[in-house]
Amino acid sequence: MSVNPAYAGRQYPPTEPYEVGREKIRAFADAVGAAHGAHRDVGVARLLGYRDVVAPPTFAVVVAQRAEQQLVADPEAGIDFSRVVHAEERFTHHRPIEGGDRLVTVLHVDSITERGGLAMVTTRAEIAREDGDPVATVVSMLAVRGDPA
Amino acid sequence: MSAGVPGRPALGDLAVGDVVATGTLAVDRARLVRYAGASGDFNPIHWNERVATGVGLPGVIAHGMWTMGAAVTVVADWAGDPGAVIDYGVRFTRPVPVPDPGAAAVDVTATVGAIDPAAGTARIDLTVTCDGTRVLGKAQAVVRLG
Repeated sequence: MSVNPAYAGRQYPPTEPYEVGREKIRAFADAVGAAHGAHRDVGVARLLGYRDVVAPPTFAVVVAQRAEQQLVADPEAGIDFSRVVHAEERFTHHRPIEGGDRLVTVLHVDSITERGGLAMVTTRAEIAREDGDPVATVVSMLAVRGDPA
Repeated sequence: MSAGVPGRPALGDLAVGDVVATGTLAVDRARLVRYAGASGDFNPIHWNERVATGVGLPGVIAHGMWTMGAAVTVVADWAGDPGAVIDYGVRFTRPVPVPDPGAAAVDVTATVGAIDPAAGTARIDLTVTCDGTRVLGKAQAVVRLG
């Protein structure tokens, strides 16, 4: 099955809140080798003006990929994950992600286009605080190979 | 020469083309398992040799998102504040094969690509290679500096 072009332009309802845990930030920082104390020590983070430990620059992928599951896990969308290559990713931070944040994400399917036998699927996760304050925009492009001839 | 936050780079001291930071990041299979757990990305091509070779890869490869996340630590450390990285985008151009036993080495060079005095930001361009091959394309981080 190939990617369903009718999903282009789709916008999903807001996700349930994702609560950002301090230990989750610490574990993510350890995994990418982010050594800065502001990821681990609230005191260090406060010296830099944060309320709580601050997430590394790509931590928002944890939140965004959960929201993207609404699309990629939908059989009707036709995205076979064994045929998917991650092509591009971009994070725009409107404010830092800190421990204790409760984040709600609205997933948009910005485009689905064909390029040389690949379906290019671009999603945009708009991540905000529960009160609506924008936190981050995560744009992800997946390349999905077509069915074998 | 410019005012700024002590210990943090000042925009006025930068010039386009300056190399501001370099680093070499080691990645082994245990690192990938750790990243899978921390990120929630459990795609088996990042930890299972049989699955990886079965889909035509040379073997287990690093998560592109690990490479992206690890490369930018070089910039965050230079900036002195990880929250100063306000925009960061990459293209995933080549996979990073991760041997077992052993580790792959990913080399990162961070260069000033553009300066925007009005916005108080610098665009830092990252050259990210493994065995001399570029693994990320158009890797650019916008950093807010004093």
